[in-house]
Amino acid sequence: MSATTTAPKSPLHRLRSATGSRRIFIHTVLIGVAIVMLYPLLWMLSSSLKPDTEIFTQPGLVPSSLRPENYSEGWSGSGNSFSLYITNSLIVTIGAVIGNVISCSLAAYAFARFEFRGKRIWFGLMLGTLMLPTQAVLIPQYTIFYNLTWINTFLPLIVPKFLAVDAFFIFLMVQFIRSIPRELDQAAMMDGANPFQIYWKIILPLMKPALITTTIFTFIWTYDDFLHQLVYLQQNDKFTVPLGLTLFLDQTSGSSYGAMFAMSTLALLPTLICFLIFQKRLVEGLSTSGMKG
Amino acid sequence: MTTAKTDAAVKEQSAPVTPSDQRERDRMRRRLARRRGGGWWPYLFLAPWFIGLFGLTIYPMMDSLYLSFTDFDLLTPAQWVGVDNYDKMFTDDPVFWDSVHATLLYVVVSVPLKLALALGVAMLLNRDLKGIGLYRAAFYLPSLLGGAVAIAIVWRQVFGGDGLFNDFLAWFGIKGQDWISSPDTALYTLILLAVWQFGTPMVIFLAGLKQLPKDVYEAAAIDGASPVTRFFKITLPLLTPIVFFNVVLQIIDAFKTFTPAFVISNGSGGPLNSTMLYSLYLYKKGFTDLQMGYASALAWVLFLVIAGFTAVNFIASRYWVHYDD
Repeated sequence: MSATTTAPKSPLHRLRSATGSRRIFIHTVLIGVAIVMLYPLLWMLSSSLKPDTEIFTQPGLVPSSLRPENYSEGWSGSGNSFSLYITNSLIVTIGAVIGNVISCSLAAYAFARFEFRGKRIWFGLMLGTLMLPTQAVLIPQYTIFYNLTWINTFLPLIVPKFLAVDAFFIFLMVQFIRSIPRELDQAAMMDGANPFQIYWKIILPLMKPALITTTIFTFIWTYDDFLHQLVYLQQNDKFTVPLGLTLFLDQTSGSSYGAMFAMSTLALLPTLICFLIFQKRLVEGLSTSGMKG
Repeated sequence: MTTAKTDAAVKEQSAPVTPSDQRERDRMRRRLARRRGGGWWPYLFLAPWFIGLFGLTIYPMMDSLYLSFTDFDLLTPAQWVGVDNYDKMFTDDPVFWDSVHATLLYVVVSVPLKLALALGVAMLLNRDLKGIGLYRAAFYLPSLLGGAVAIAIVWRQVFGGDGLFNDFLAWFGIKGQDWISSPDTALYTLILLAVWQFGTPMVIFLAGLKQLPKDVYEAAAIDGASPVTRFFKITLPLLTPIVFFNVVLQIIDAFKTFTPAFVISNGSGGPLNSTMLYSLYLYKKGFTDLQMGYASALAWVLFLVIAGFTAVNFIASRYWVHYDD
């Protein structure tokens, strides 16, 4: 602030750095917005620790008495233990991550590094599928998996990821591979490497940032993908975390609000941890991925 | 192949090379370009994607089109009924029109509000501020959690009769109501949830703002242009490609919204179908009522509407989006 008061007041300068009072004003606005943004989450956290009677009567964030039992009760919860839902969610998300990383990077390598007949058309089709709403193919896909007797298994949630159906990640990786100098491929080619070796030994290690972005987003989006899990998983023992949570909704007449908030908090934990670890990469990866090229 | 050649030509211009050098390089490039064709290699790498494209996208799209002209309950073979499904949808299904009404209202109100907020906050964040990373993280977090069932559950309680929102109103002496169970307000709680998740377009706007040329602003400031003038005459026109990108993305996203509508109405789309977003209606028809032919017709209408909106967006963009070459 002292720097701004002593610096000469040219119009240029005024443009670049806000004066002290303006700075305070901006911070005030931003802090206000931040509080509104985060308040519902804090409310959920505090409600998860309150006795049921207090959740709706005592509006403050600090509980007058703590009730951590909400967590243990929610965990052993409704039908099955929550550990089963978490295990199921982990199987689905890890399968999806592996599938997306492999299949999307293979496709992206082909689009970024080869010339072949109809490449422009295929690439256009790939971009077109980005805009296709999943609802448009949900029913015929369901009938396909029904005929394969895959309903109530994890296969309909995992196998498509091995077939590169998430075009968003192909596009992201194509953009990334284009930024890797071709000279590296060419040098390897001179040394007698075949295209698969180039993909495996050169491209894949160099595109680690894109692979990490893909991993994080596939993990979070699959973990949160309620619609497909709702459609394909029908029996309680195959339920994932989102489905397990909806079981609490059916019994809201009872006195399980505390347990419901406790499990909601837990359900957000994997995403939150991901966010805290990869915060910078998430925010920046997103802002550049759609923009480059 | 042609693009590779023009690339090469551009590079050649930038570096001074002797003619013999150039010939040698051209020959080398041509040989590499030929090898880059790679015979059957690209098809091998694309094989999983091809299977997915045909098996899980193109064939299902065609199958869905066929099913939309049938009665199909999954268990017995589909019965051809011609355009009956479409006919019923448009002339004899009040719930369909309820869902169209709710969805259009949801899209038309939530998308502009969300984008305006995203741009406004991005402009505030586009300067050297202490703790800017923290602000960005705080504003982006709700968007990341947005699709989660847990968030929809929280929302349901926040706007319930004795929820947080009414406590907040009580501070100002306003007596609240049960926002979720009133047909007049239930959809607006969903809209508010969508607006709360303005983080994704905000981050994209921020990236765009950072690329704007500083010298234009400096010139404008010297000419004495006010901040408002600078926003409307410089920032907004230069930012139109990114505004366009966000508009297209957010509209498509809004049309697909399912989870919060399902959770907040407990799967019913109520009260009085006020939160029966199109995707929720499609799900109910297909998977609760097992009217898969009818649901396929709904799916095709959704697909055509989204494609139509996107096409209109692209055509209209010629008149307001400015690309600098």
